[in-house]
Parts: sequence; C-alpha cells; structure tokens
Amino acid sequence: MSALETSLTASSGLPADRLTHLQRLEAESIFIMREVAAEFANPVMLYSIGKDSAVMLHLAVKAFYPSPPPFPLLHIDTGWKFREMIAFRDRMARELGFRLLVHTNAEGAAQNVNPFDHGSSLYTTVMKTDALKQALSLHGFDAAFGGARRDEEKSRAKERIFSFRTANHGWDPKSQRPELWNLFNARVKPGESIRVFPLSNWTELDIWQYILAEHIPIVPLYFAAERPVVWRGGQMIMVDDTRLPLAPGEVPEQRKVRFRTLGCYPLTAAIDSEADTLEAIVREMLVARTSERSGRLIDHDEAASMEKKKREGYF
Amino acid sequence: MNAALPADLFRPETKSLLRFLTCGSVDDGKSTLIGRLLYDTKLLFDDQVATLASDSRKYGTAGDDLDFALLVDGLAAEREQGITIDVAYRFFATERRKFIVADTPGHEQYTRNMATGASNSDLAVILVDARQGILTQTRRHSFIVSLLGIRHVVLAVNKIDLVDFAQDAFDTIVAEYRALVAGLGFETLQAVPISARHGDNVIAGSDRTPWYEGPSLLRHLETIDVARDAERLPFRLPVQWVNRPNLDFRGFSGTIASGAVAPGDAVIVAPSGRSSRVKAIVTADGDLPRAVAGQSVTLTLTDEVDVSRGDILSAATARPELADQVDAHVIWMAETPLTPGGAYLMKVGTRTVGTSVAALHHKINVTTYGEEPARTLALNEVGSVQFSLRDPIAFDPFDIIPGTGAFILIDRMSNQTVGAGMIRRARRQASNVHWQDLQVSKTARAALNHQKPVVLWFTGVSGAGKSAIAALVEKKLHAAFRHTYVLDGDNVRHGLNKDLGFTDADRVENIRRVAEVAKLFVDAGLITIVSFISPFRAERRFARDLLQEGEFVEIHVDTPLAVAEARDVKGLYSKARAGLIKNFTGIDSPYEPPEAPELRLDGANQTAEELADRVVAYLADNGYLEGPENRDWII
Repeated sequence: MSALETSLTASSGLPADRLTHLQRLEAESIFIMREVAAEFANPVMLYSIGKDSAVMLHLAVKAFYPSPPPFPLLHIDTGWKFREMIAFRDRMARELGFRLLVHTNAEGAAQNVNPFDHGSSLYTTVMKTDALKQALSLHGFDAAFGGARRDEEKSRAKERIFSFRTANHGWDPKSQRPELWNLFNARVKPGESIRVFPLSNWTELDIWQYILAEHIPIVPLYFAAERPVVWRGGQMIMVDDTRLPLAPGEVPEQRKVRFRTLGCYPLTAAIDSEADTLEAIVREMLVARTSERSGRLIDHDEAASMEKKKREGYF
Repeated sequence: MNAALPADLFRPETKSLLRFLTCGSVDDGKSTLIGRLLYDTKLLFDDQVATLASDSRKYGTAGDDLDFALLVDGLAAEREQGITIDVAYRFFATERRKFIVADTPGHEQYTRNMATGASNSDLAVILVDARQGILTQTRRHSFIVSLLGIRHVVLAVNKIDLVDFAQDAFDTIVAEYRALVAGLGFETLQAVPISARHGDNVIAGSDRTPWYEGPSLLRHLETIDVARDAERLPFRLPVQWVNRPNLDFRGFSGTIASGAVAPGDAVIVAPSGRSSRVKAIVTADGDLPRAVAGQSVTLTLTDEVDVSRGDILSAATARPELADQVDAHVIWMAETPLTPGGAYLMKVGTRTVGTSVAALHHKINVTTYGEEPARTLALNEVGSVQFSLRDPIAFDPFDIIPGTGAFILIDRMSNQTVGAGMIRRARRQASNVHWQDLQVSKTARAALNHQKPVVLWFTGVSGAGKSAIAALVEKKLHAAFRHTYVLDGDNVRHGLNKDLGFTDADRVENIRRVAEVAKLFVDAGLITIVSFISPFRAERRFARDLLQEGEFVEIHVDTPLAVAEARDVKGLYSKARAGLIKNFTGIDSPYEPPEAPELRLDGANQTAEELADRVVAYLADNGYLEGPENRDWII
C-alpha cells in the first residue's frame, strides 16, 4: 500500500469538504435509482402525484441526466383522486419526458367500489392494492420504486430500501434480506419483484426543505386556498366535485385550507392553514403538532394497520 | 415546540448528518433511550403523544409514566413479544444535525441485524445497565461495531438513577470497558452516565451527577467529528451505470467511494488498467469543478476507453489492488452454515462475481476475541475466510476504503443474502505480481501463441453439421498460425470415454470429462474446439462455469431436426426411428437449444464453409486472435 500511503500524505492539505444532510440524502437516493436501472430488466416508478413522488421524480431526472430516466411512471388511478392531481400528473409526465402508464382496477370500477358504500378498508384493497398488483403483473415489472419514507409510520421504520416481494406480491417480514452498506441484493427469480424505496431516509421536513431548495413543482392543493369542505368524523373533507355525496342538509363551508398529504379524496383530510407559499409551508411544518399521516383516514382502521396492508401488498 | 423558530430553518445547507446505531442487551433501555431522544427533541406530534399515552397504559412497563420504548417497537410480532427483532431506523434533528439512528436488537441470535445497522453508521452508542456492568453482550456488540469499521463509540451507562447516581459504580464500569476495547481500534470513546427513563444527561446535563463533567449524550452526538477524511483517500468511483443518451455522450455514473476528483485528473479503469483523464463532472445542476466522496456524479473521460458497470475509476497514482484470491472477515447470516468449497456470488462495490470458499482459516469468538479452529461458520458466527474468485477483482482493504472493500455473499439458488464480509488483503496478488515473480501461467502460455485461449463449444442435434464446421474452423485457424485442438464426440468415445454408455448418467459423465479436458487445454493456451451434441442446458452450463468469463463461446449449430434427419449421413436417425438406438436426441430424448449462445449458425441455409468463416470472424472481432494485454500495469 505504499502508493496509497504516499497519496495520503501528498493530499492532506485539501480542504475538508463536508456534504450537508440534504446533499447526502440526494446522493443516496440517486445511487439507489442507478442500482435499480443497472440491475433490473424492467423497473417502473410508482407515481402517486404527492410531494414525495414529486421529489422522487426530480431525483430520477437528476440520477440519469443527460439521459432520460430509463423507466416509465405508473399511476394507480382509483378514480378518486383530486382533479388537480390528475391534471398535475399529466403535466409533469409530459414536461419531464416520462412515459406514463395509468392503471385502474377495471373490475372494481365496474362494480363502482367506492369509499362511501364499501368503507375505506375494502376500497383501498380493491382499488389500490389489487390494482397495483394487477398492473405490476400485467407489465411484468421486476422492480417498482415507491416514495415511502421510514419516518411515516412505525412499521415502515423497519422497511428495507430493497423490499423483496414474492411472486404473489406478498411481503413477509421474515424473508427480507439483510441490507449492508450500499450493497443491495437485486436478484429475483421470474415473477418475484423488489419494491424500492429511494426516499427511505428522508423525513417530512427534509422533503419540504428539498422542494424549497430545488424549486420542485408540487400540486397546488398543498398550498392554502379557500376551498369548500364538509366535516366528517372530526376531519375536514374537501368537496372536489359531485363524486362526494352530501348528507341531507349538509352544506359545504368555504375555509382556507390545505393538505399536508395527498391520498385519495375523500380519504385525505384538509387542515386549516394560511400557508400559501413554500416558505410558509415549511414554517408551518416546524410548528405543527399533529403528524402527517393523521390526515390519512386509512391508518386509523385498526391497530398495526399499515403492517397489515403491507403484507397484503400495499406500499 | 414554540413559535420562535431556529435561525437555520431555511438554511438546510448548514446542517450535517450523523448516522449512529444503538446497541445493548435486552433490558438495557435502548428503546427507551431512543424514545426519549425523539420526545425531548420535540420530534413527536400531539397525536403521537396521545397514542403513546394510551399505549403506555395498555402495554407499558413504566407505571403511570410514558413508556418511551413503545414509540419505537414497531412490528406487531415484537409488540406482543416485547422485544426488538429487526433493525429499525429513527430520525430526529437538532439545529446543527440531522440524526439517523439504527436501532438494533440485543439478542445474540440477531448479531446479523446489528452488523446491518453498524454497516451504515459512523458511531455506536453501546448501552450498559449501571447495575449489571459489562456483560457478554457488551463484549460482542463492541467487537461487531469494531469489525464493521466504526471508530467512534459512546458508552452510555444507563439506569444511573438505580445505583443512586453513584460515581464509583460509573467509574468501575468505564475502567473495565476501556480495558476491554483497548485493542479494537476506536478513535474516540465517550462514557456518559444517563437515565433514559428520567432524562438525566440525555439532552442536557443533570444536577444529580455533579461529578460528571463531560457533555450530555445529545451534545456529544451533535458535536463529534466523525468524517473519515474520505476525501483525502485516493479517488475511487465504482461505476454503476454507463450513461449513453446518444452517440456523442458517454458518461460513467456512480457515487464516489473515496477521494476527490476534478477535470484533468489522470484516472485508470480497474481492473483493465486502461488510463485516461477526466473530461467533465456532469450533473443535472451543471458541470462541477470538483466532486468528493459521497457525491453521485457522472464522469466523462477524454479517451474512448472501455468502461462498464463493475469497473472502478481510480486515481492513476494510487490504484486499487487486483486479486483472484482474497482473505476476508465474514459474518455469516444464513441458517445453512458456510463450508469450505461452498459457491456463492460476491457483490463488491458494483461488481458481482462468482466465488467459492477456498479455506476457512478460523472463526473468531466474539466475546473473548480469540481465534478458534472451525470447519464451518454457523449463523451469526464470524470467521476469517479465504475466497477464490472466478475473475480477478479490483478492491481496497476494508480498513482503508470501506466502499471498495466491503461485500455481501448471495446464495445462487435462493438469492438470499447469506453473509457480509470485509476484505483484508489479497491472498494471491494478481495485481502486484512483478515479472520476475511470474509463474508460467495460462496468460503466459497464451501470450507465446498470440491468442486468447477459449473453448468453442459446438452444440446441435446429430447431423446438424457441427463436426464439419469444427474441422473447417480448425483448418482456417491453423493456417493462420493459431494453436488449436478439436475434441470430437465420436473420437473421445473411442478413448477417454470408452467405458461410458448412453444412459443419462453416462451422458452426463461424458460431458463432464470433456469439459474438464477442455479446461486443461485452455489452461495450456489452446483454442479448444468441442463438437458434441450436448443436448442439456445444465451440462453446457457446467462447462461454462468451469471456465472464466470470455473463455467459453457457445455455438449453436441450429439445423432443424427435419433437415438433419433428411441428411442422416451416419444412418443413425433411421436406426433410432426403427427403435435400434435408444435415447437418441431429437427422437426419444430432448434437445434443449441454448437460450443465449454467443453464436447461432443457420445450418440449414448456409454452407459449412460460410459458417466456419463466421466463427473465425467472431474470434477476430472479439480479440481472441491477439495476445493478451500486458497486465503489469500496477505500480
């Protein structure tokens, strides 16, 4: 190692470059995406249109620049997304040069499975989980990027970055592979797949700070504006259009609200807010006293509900 | 959290990142400590605190107090068992730093999980119970974190309230611990007396330990400098992905494992040894004047050199080592033990290479740190192992550059990650072999012949035209002064394999012997032409696996059965049809065509002469008819 020792001495005058925490997170996410592009035959990026997806898209563009990202986007359309989200989705795919695949569970849609008549649990299973499995099998994807973060929910704190799924898209905590250093094991047999979470180590605050620093476009619903809402189970639900059946005598109320997280409307509750700029959102984040997923009605279904959904194949 | 916001809110560029792991025995209070850090740094929201309060009443073990451990014990199974069984990652931040905590289990059976958590950490917080002192577990945890290259340790002496905040209890434990880890290579060791449950010395100092003058745990974590000075090490960039949007741009994408790079720097490609200079550091944010360890970039080079995934772009002045035999420390992570002779895939950097266990030198007792003789390595055991690699790899010793010295082992059948390792040194240095040390090797023999030895494996049904083409190929090569030998199915059965019949077992043995002979001929430096029906993929795979990458060229003489049968030059088909020959390929025994042969020859529509020319052209195009390159490129 004499050459190596020589170089140690020779270059010891270099200034110590230190990366910031956002730079390190960005570099790690890019590394993960490149590993997937290099090791899998047919990867896809799941696009949920939310802020985490926005960051994921932005990172994908950076990871492969000047090439376009070597995989398509897949959006699972439950038919219950906010209209603004769909418009935003189409615009982003077009502007960033992604091929966009949209999949809806046709059978569920034909039976009009919806959150009002069937409850959030069945609805999520049919229109999200089943739809996702259908789409992954249909296209034969062997890797799928998702925007989940470990800080979102307790059972996600243990999720691998490369999360192995059986040929039935099942997740078994016992079959997950040890993940050391940045040496991801990408080997799968035909039919098996890996869900990949490049944002695993990001927190909600990191996401917002990064959006702010990089000027990443996000769905306008994140910004506070006057919107019609009704109260359901102590949460504010926005009346996006006639898809939301109003109870007899129920009159939507105009309030200045925004969304901290965007899932399926009406399973995502709005919060009162004056934050109509990115700076204001980040500021609000820092004084927030309720956690992000409390606006997601599906997590409250039952104890350990997210782990159960994951075993079934939900992200 | 009050409304007065810290000044650096909108200046994330001022915040650094520290990744650490916590390890301790079952009841040392690890989860409580992490819960306390989350709670006291105000990272919990109202609804999480409300859930915590209700969970504390339901499952808690802290009486009427909040049981912080419940914040972090995630999976349903362990909530029931009351233990942590997997690595969980937690996040909190202060104004100065963001922290990623790997929360790892204490039980011995989860050593692999601890190693996993340690692999991405810069610092370890090792908890001991002030009442119990140093336990077997403490010894093991300290060894594992040292083995994984962690150089900064905090000894958190927890439950100091339960020994009445007594200084002598603390001092005794610390003295014993310092003696224990003296040989483990830690650069810093900070001992802190804490009470995770009550918060003493966790976030702020405690007036109940006036004798302790050091920093609180959080203060220490916020201020310690753990940078490995990775920028001062030689430049290494394991290439992940070749970035080729169009014919005018060819970049090499990867994350810098160590060192720094700037345009104009001289680099070499390891293991090929080709050299070039950095033209530009390309990113979506514009070209950079310089990039350092940890950054994900795309480099372009000034020359058109051959670079692919798995190669390492390296500083030309300090190159990585190159070897096909390495010694490494291994942590075994599978139920099936590691045994000498076992074959695996090794992923090192961005390179995945076939490997087998050449020798198990010894195992290491992780509590006494002594070496013990061993025949196998069981789950959670650590050993010193010698690996043979199918191809030479470029690497650095793990102690110097972890990013190019760490590897995982993957089981070929189950695809499970079965082990993790840290390369210590080259066992047989392909790299530093100076010419005077050079044995007469395959490379040396081939160099004399001005060719690269290779097996041309012709496969196809009987009568496809294999032997005719093979004979023509040999004739053409011989005319061009190349050294060749033909192994023909019929000829071999008259001598070497005359004891074998045509049962399935004998046919497999027939091919096995031929493959081994072909390997010897390649070792002798010959272009070895094998012409066998070899109907089964598995046996052709076996032959391919015996040889190194590029030494096996599978040639499918793809003649439809009907055409071959119509020719029936040896009259075999009519005999087989008449039932006089059993197990005849294509008639009553299957032929499995190659899925991805290097060459596919259309035996029905082209002449043997034309096809032989194609084979020779393939050899010329792929460099087989040139001498091997000078490998003596390492300083």
